[in-house]
Amino acid sequence: MLKMLKKLWCYVRHVSGDDAYEQYLKHHAEFHQATVDAPPALSRKEFFKLWQDSKWKGINRCC
Amino acid sequence: MNKNIKTMLWIAVVLLGAFAVAGIALNRGESINALWLIAAAVCVYAIAYRFYAAWIAAKVLVIDETRATPAERLDNGRDFVPTNKWVVFGHHFAAIAGPGPLIGPTLAAQFGYLPGTLWILIGAVLGGAVQDMVTLFFSTRRNGRSLGQMARDEIGVVGGSAALIGTFLIMIILIAVLGLVVVNAMKHSPWATSTVAATIPIAMLVGVYMRNIRPGRVLEASIIGVVLLLLSVGLGGWVDHHETLRSLFDHDGLPLAYGIILYGFAAAVLPVWLLLAPRDYLSTFMKLGTIMLLAIAIVILRPDMHMPAVTQFVDGTGPIFGGKLFPFVFITIACGAISGFHALIASGTTPKLLGNERDIRMIGYGGMLLESFVAIMAMIAATVLEPGVFFAINSPAGVVGKEAVDAIAKINSWGFAVTVEQMQQLASDMGESTLFSRTGGAPSLAVGMASIFGSAFGKELLALWYHFAIMFEAIFILTTLDAGTRVGRFMLQDLLGNFNKKLGETSYTPSVILTSSIVVAGWGYFLYIGVIDPNGGVNILWPLFGIANQMLAAIALCVATGILVKSGKLKYAWVTGMPLIWLVIITTSAAYEKIFSADVRVGFFAAANDMAAKLAAGTLPTDKVAVAPQLIFNQHLDAYLTMFFVVVLWVVILDMVRLCLRYLGGKPVLKLSEVPHEPSRLVENWVRD
Repeated sequence: MLKMLKKLWCYVRHVSGDDAYEQYLKHHAEFHQATVDAPPALSRKEFFKLWQDSKWKGINRCC
Repeated sequence: MNKNIKTMLWIAVVLLGAFAVAGIALNRGESINALWLIAAAVCVYAIAYRFYAAWIAAKVLVIDETRATPAERLDNGRDFVPTNKWVVFGHHFAAIAGPGPLIGPTLAAQFGYLPGTLWILIGAVLGGAVQDMVTLFFSTRRNGRSLGQMARDEIGVVGGSAALIGTFLIMIILIAVLGLVVVNAMKHSPWATSTVAATIPIAMLVGVYMRNIRPGRVLEASIIGVVLLLLSVGLGGWVDHHETLRSLFDHDGLPLAYGIILYGFAAAVLPVWLLLAPRDYLSTFMKLGTIMLLAIAIVILRPDMHMPAVTQFVDGTGPIFGGKLFPFVFITIACGAISGFHALIASGTTPKLLGNERDIRMIGYGGMLLESFVAIMAMIAATVLEPGVFFAINSPAGVVGKEAVDAIAKINSWGFAVTVEQMQQLASDMGESTLFSRTGGAPSLAVGMASIFGSAFGKELLALWYHFAIMFEAIFILTTLDAGTRVGRFMLQDLLGNFNKKLGETSYTPSVILTSSIVVAGWGYFLYIGVIDPNGGVNILWPLFGIANQMLAAIALCVATGILVKSGKLKYAWVTGMPLIWLVIITTSAAYEKIFSADVRVGFFAAANDMAAKLAAGTLPTDKVAVAPQLIFNQHLDAYLTMFFVVVLWVVILDMVRLCLRYLGGKPVLKLSEVPHEPSRLVENWVRD
């Protein structure tokens, strides 16, 4: 039961974008850390700005 | 053994579904329980999803789970991200489900519960869900390209431009009609107006919280926002009982419309993070929460539906909007059955998140089925009301008269029982001064929801439930209004960028102000006309919106059919061709009626001529004389706009047919723009592990 609730909570966080920064850090570590001249990871605030702006580029709400 | 149990289970589902559909279709005279509708819907969806959608995925589209999706190939951690299928489903559903499936069925309930329900079920499983799924599939195979780009690449420049113009116009009409719905819900209701007004600073507070106070803490901020929204409903009640504050929020339609226009402009110009993004979070949470609550309440309460299966208004004399059952029920219910707007979401945003092609059925087809289910619930909420009450709320003053006594007499003459006292009691229960002629569907839906919630969770709080429902509808109507205005602005800037580079820059202030003003002026005009129209405006704007939305769906199905034929799958082209033909029939005949019908409540020209004649003869009442020239001009404009929609639709169709004939005749056509196959590493890894 507790496991289920935990899973649900993870889902809610994921679907709402609450954990977007953590996902980004994971992605960054996976793809960019290997190269020497890799750019440092963005701060939470910087990342959130970029993430929010890119999310609102196209048509994302409907009738 | 296991297989046998499964077969038995599916036979049971088919039998229950057939029994439920037959039950609701053949029932006459007595009221019927809403659970029958739910049972019929769930069985139809389950069968369609298990068999039809699976067959389309396997045979028609030939979904390939070993193929890398654009999210995997182009993964950049931001817009292209392979995402868990349930998360993509959540995003996709939140994006496609707006106020449309709540309003359309409410209006179409004037024909009785049966026609709308059947169209919602059949239209969704054979049309809408198919459109969403195939568009999602084709866009995924083309790096998440938008519908307009796919139309240009696959059919030609004509198709591409038509899709673009169609999208822009549908946006203008949609925003106008949604604005009108909100205005009608707030008119002379200090409670509703103050609650809706409070949502703006609440959204801004949430925006600042997410951006600066605790960056990226989306859930925290949303929870604070939702709590504040719920408090604002209670606060609205306090404002309503306060002498001076009350008068601050008690307005006619016109000032409220100006307020909404001003708000729309501000929302398009202000940075996204301050108003649009936080409002969107709040509206998504409210929407999902309320819909779930409604579903639970319906199951607990099992209300009876009091509306007859079919009313006499199938002959075209309905008070809410004029026009016969065919084609107008199919135009009135667009979202919930088939909605072209979804093709814009299914191409573009969603494919960029898709981790594997096998999820396309669940997200594309399944997402639409869930939206269709929302439409069924809206139909239930509308038909659990006594028909007399339903018509008293939804009939415009221009049809039933301004005075309560006249309206009641008129509604009684149609054979629906309702009294002035009953309406007064209902209005005071709901904390409103009157509920007569509150057109647009939102108030009657709110009354329906309040009575369902009230019966399930406590009757004392009816007024709170009513205004909660109004707030819930208003918040995501306003989200669509903001987002739509902004998208319109971007499209216009994109277009102007072809002529002047500077104007195409999305952050260039003069361009932002210019394009936002044009878009807001576009929908603001239709909103203004809708408010001054004594017949309520919804009866003009909603069919126009329906025609535009179905036209966009037809364009999406054209693109899909063209691609199927070009891929050598002519024998499966009926999968998209059949709903396409049906859409062409209904949009063309609806447009024909709206333009040429001699009935003044249907035909635009007939209405304009009728009003012009009355104006010339001096038989119009004085308050109508002032607005008559504007209304006449608007009727003409609407007629030409409808003609334009039909012409655009036919141009795209003929272009698509030309392309198919060329292909079948062995002549050269535009090459398929599908991205070549690349094996998915995600699947390999998974297999290796």
